[in-house]
Amino acid sequence: MNADITQWDRFLASFFDLAVMQKYLPDIVDGFLLTCHLAILIVISGLVLGLILAVIRAYEFWLTSWLIVVFADVMRALPPLVFILLLYFGLPGVGLNLSGYAATYVTLTLVLAAFSEEIFRAGILATPKGQWEAARSTGLGFGQSLAYVIMPQAIRMTVPPLTNRTIAIAKNTALGTVVGVGEILNQATTGQSFSGNASPLVLGALAYLILFIPVVVFGRWVETRFAWRRT
Amino acid sequence: MSDTPILDVQGLRKSYGKLEVLKGVDLAVRERELVFIIGPSGSGKSTLLRCCNRLEESNGGAVIFDGTDITAKSTNINAVRQKIGMVFQSFNLYPHMSAEGNVALALRKVLKRPKAEALERARAALDRVGLSDKAENYPNQLSGGQQQRVAIARALALEPKMVLFDEPTSALDPELVGSVLEVMRDLRTAGMTMLVVSHEMRFAREAADRVVFMDEGHIVEEGPPEQVFGDPQMPRTRDFVSRIDH
Ligand SMILES: Nc1ncnc2c1ncn2[C@@H]1O[C@H](COP(=O)(O)OP(=O)(O)O)[C@@H](O)[C@H]1O
Ligand SMILES: [Mg+2]
Repeated sequence: MNADITQWDRFLASFFDLAVMQKYLPDIVDGFLLTCHLAILIVISGLVLGLILAVIRAYEFWLTSWLIVVFADVMRALPPLVFILLLYFGLPGVGLNLSGYAATYVTLTLVLAAFSEEIFRAGILATPKGQWEAARSTGLGFGQSLAYVIMPQAIRMTVPPLTNRTIAIAKNTALGTVVGVGEILNQATTGQSFSGNASPLVLGALAYLILFIPVVVFGRWVETRFAWRRT
Repeated sequence: MSDTPILDVQGLRKSYGKLEVLKGVDLAVRERELVFIIGPSGSGKSTLLRCCNRLEESNGGAVIFDGTDITAKSTNINAVRQKIGMVFQSFNLYPHMSAEGNVALALRKVLKRPKAEALERARAALDRVGLSDKAENYPNQLSGGQQQRVAIARALALEPKMVLFDEPTSALDPELVGSVLEVMRDLRTAGMTMLVVSHEMRFAREAADRVVFMDEGHIVEEGPPEQVFGDPQMPRTRDFVSRIDH
């Protein structure tokens, strides 16, 4: 009985040491804010770039299509951490110094662009051919048909897979810790090693939950909202 | 009825790979004429229609519409398509737009009309097909017959010189066919030029100026409905008509 209580105290002391938590809370908040804006920037630029690439690919010029396919396949095949390290440690060799923040931002933006380009493309291809024909038969051009008729339907179809992929990639901001980006995980592990106590890591985990649970719930809502019946 | 055809298909050929679907088709449609195309499934009726507004590129021959060879590379096909309406078997309404949105889209983006004017013209077109009270409904809130009438309104709103119909009633429940045929009858009365692929024989007998029978990529026989249905000259026509005309 006594031994149990001691174990429990030890558990509390190493994971929920309030004094340690209080000390490192400001750092974790800093990390939280940094993760937030890094993730938001990545999501916006990744999705916009993915959409642009999908639209360019819809025109089916062989050269641009080929380049986009190569880009999408490489970025989807490569572990993002490898690409971050390549940018961070490799580019200075050619005289380009990228901060850890920039290397993470560029990598995850390109990864999200690659995945979302493929998802948007699947949505474009899944839109019935008759929609193109109806639009073109009224004199709308290819670009107009794509913009007003095809993309609105394609985007609606792709919202659920896109939401899932976006969340997965936004969480990868934690990889930035390896190249010294002061995001949540980085602050938490720093706190952990200075204090010799796991409590900052618990705080870090809580910070991730506070950030991503609303996003996951939002994703679920979007999924039901956009699961609309086709005619 | 004027004598120069508004649509003149000359020696039209079309192949998909090795499969020759149109083997030299000649067909002239005069202004205000209603021409019916009948024929077995796979005989090339849809392909012929789709070559008339270049939804399919042909491999030979010419399609002269209103004096312009629309198969010529230099032809501005988007400009031609404003003048040729098309109605599809499966309606192909835009599911993310209301009925009036469907009709107004090309008015705004092709004819560049301001939004208010486009909507006004869209409602007038919907009124013409008896759907002024459904302007704000989305396609999935409409019956098949209503959807097809919205699709007809979408074609009419651009004030085309001719409308192509590809089996406009084939996807409809029998009780909804009448409402679509009624709209087509009104169009005929108003003098619209129409090229119609359909097997609605009663409607053809009553409204068509001419019936064209297609088989295996050829026009086998054409003539007034009473002749093609009542006294077909060619054995293949006779065979086909005897199987459907009941
Ligand atoms: N996009 C296509 N690719 C290959 N074959 C096609 C295509 N469209 C039609 N066909 C073929 O062309 C022939 C004629 O088709 P179609 O014009 O649709 O006939 P119909 O409308 O008279 O039933 C059919 O054998 C059909 O399988
Ligand atoms: Mg057909």
